[in-house]
Amino acid sequence: MPALLVKNGRVVDPASKLDGPADVLLEDGHVAAVGRNLERSNAEVFDATGLIVAPGFIDMHVHLREPGIEHSETIETGARAAAAGGFTSICCMPNTLPVNDNATVTSYIIERARQQAVVNVFPIGAITRDSAGKELAAIGSMRNAGIVAISDDGRPVMNARVMRRAMQIAKSLGLPVIDHCEDLHLSEGGDMHEGLHSTQLGLRGIPSSSEDVMVARDIVLAETTGVRFHVAHISSRNSIAMVAYAKKMGLPVTCEATPHHFALTDADVGTYDSNYKMKPPLRSECDTAAVIEGIVSGTVDAIATDHAPHPGSEKMQEFEKCPFGIIGLETALALTLEKLYHTGKITLARLVELYTTGPAHILGLDRGTLRVGSPGDLTIFDTELAWTYDVNESYSKSKNSPFDGWKFRGAPVATIVNGKPVWQRETATTAANR
Amino acid sequence: MNAGLLGIEELTRAQVEAFLKRAKVFQPLEGQSFKKLDSLKGKLIVNLFFEASTRTRTSFEIAAKRLGADTVSITASGSSVSKGESLVDTLNTLAAMRPNAIVMRHAASGAPHFLARHLAIPIINAGDGTHEHPTQALLDALTILDRRPALEGLRVAIIGDIAHSRVARSNVHLLSKFGVDIVLCGPATVLPPELARIAPGVTLTTDIREAIQGADVIMMLRVQLERQHDAPLSAGEYFQFYGLRLEHLALAKPDAIVMHPGPINRGRELASEVADFQRSVILNQVENGVAIRMAVLERIVGEHVDAGVAR
Repeated sequence: MPALLVKNGRVVDPASKLDGPADVLLEDGHVAAVGRNLERSNAEVFDATGLIVAPGFIDMHVHLREPGIEHSETIETGARAAAAGGFTSICCMPNTLPVNDNATVTSYIIERARQQAVVNVFPIGAITRDSAGKELAAIGSMRNAGIVAISDDGRPVMNARVMRRAMQIAKSLGLPVIDHCEDLHLSEGGDMHEGLHSTQLGLRGIPSSSEDVMVARDIVLAETTGVRFHVAHISSRNSIAMVAYAKKMGLPVTCEATPHHFALTDADVGTYDSNYKMKPPLRSECDTAAVIEGIVSGTVDAIATDHAPHPGSEKMQEFEKCPFGIIGLETALALTLEKLYHTGKITLARLVELYTTGPAHILGLDRGTLRVGSPGDLTIFDTELAWTYDVNESYSKSKNSPFDGWKFRGAPVATIVNGKPVWQRETATTAANR
Repeated sequence: MNAGLLGIEELTRAQVEAFLKRAKVFQPLEGQSFKKLDSLKGKLIVNLFFEASTRTRTSFEIAAKRLGADTVSITASGSSVSKGESLVDTLNTLAAMRPNAIVMRHAASGAPHFLARHLAIPIINAGDGTHEHPTQALLDALTILDRRPALEGLRVAIIGDIAHSRVARSNVHLLSKFGVDIVLCGPATVLPPELARIAPGVTLTTDIREAIQGADVIMMLRVQLERQHDAPLSAGEYFQFYGLRLEHLALAKPDAIVMHPGPINRGRELASEVADFQRSVILNQVENGVAIRMAVLERIVGEHVDAGVAR
């Protein structure tokens, strides 16, 4: 494989406190050099003039649906969508068929990804067998097979005793525990955030308290077990406050937020459009503001998409019958630029952190930086490019996005994985050069 | 473009007034049989009921027939829905038969709104889940207007399982447009504080006596046994605190009227004597239902009408 020299970009690498014009040389799949006016004979050159060059973005919360639910997504299509969203690494949740609760399934995913995925895929294993919340999954052998964390995601462990045992085991294995914090008794039957809009629409509510009581429980258990505990897709004001408190107490507690939870509110459900139905639900303006404050203040450690593909046949139903979740890989960066960067809430360095060192630190991944010797993963993006998202052009097998037709300022331009370009935006220039 | 009738919330006051004014023309005269009209001759109206209903469905059917329209009534149990067909597919099939309007009742809130986005045929909402029941609110307003010169300045108490009531929601939206003082009353578990913000002029109380105090109109809601998802009050406890008894009526205005959308659960939300009480207008509500639905069908299906817009 020839070396790749990315020239004339603005390199933003928070891990090495770098933000300025520089070239990046990738060789043998790794970062070989970062500096001004790099030259290398026989290297392929990528001209990044006017573009941001960042360490490869990591999305730590993705549903790839393989094995078992391939009509919604496959490892191949999900990875392509990730690349088109500027992600070089994704972590896939275990709610497949069968559930990723043993080393055989873990190995299958890793092997499929090696053959078919254009980006790096890191599986997350289940906490309990079949994510049924009763017996622990084969956590140790999954760790040896390559999982980077455990989570029962959408089928959260209700039994606190089981959760405590899982945390003890995870701690001993050096794995973080990720919880989709939802008290299923409080949220039962709910279709959207409980508040003015659910009352108006006559839809059953999912109260914020269903999230908050589980965040509280898990923080208490994390404190007693010492495990690294991570709150998936945090969405409520109280939960943000509790994570901030846990951090202040010095506990290894982290959280992620999704783009939809900072870009939309429950007021957007107004037309009973199932593309606005997800868990946790779109919350009130006040919660959304708290999520944004959390991102700005550092309480939120990472942005993750919770990319959840569902085919049209499942989303084209009565609101209460539709499954929860939306796709998000291809719109995440644009939404972050639009809602957080262009509004002046966060700097570019902070944005890059949320997609690189943030998730890498949570999962203990040795990536997310451009230090020499790091994996040759780059996310190259344009903060100004005007474009319109057309979900029918999506690489994902599913088209369930509320952002179809949105006009954005800023977009990923090229994605480089292990020194190799795997995706590049079709622009007037690239089309003309073809 | 789908100019049906999905809810009261999105209507203007003038649109509501136009429906009420027109419905008055269709109210039956005492002891007279109704003369059949032909303003909707040659029109096809499909009544699609995914939920059990006696009065609303028959009322829509009678209304359509009195206007000379042809009607087809479909209930979920006798249709391909019970064979697992999706809602969109069912509606697409019906749409291919080119009806002029679809009257629809469905257990899911927003089901007609969802279909209206995908179909060009006007959809008339005959009750969607726990969201709205627009023609019920219109007929309730018509019934009040039979006894009162205007809605403005009235005090209306709505009592029962408010959170799960589409009748309550539609009535709140309608009455609010006329500056009515609306008191919502029920057990705290079905009286979320957000209800006070869904429209202007709404207050909440968990005390039935406070709700009835000085009321011109008392609307009792049916205890929706089929919609109780959460731990409900026991029947005895419910009737003790939220059942309307004759003694309560003394707190209301002397000529206050008692309404109920039916079907009544005697001894559960309404003491039997109250149901039979002379100030109960429950049967008038049924008659007015036909008149209101005639006005709605005429406006939405009739050719001389700018779809859905009040004149």
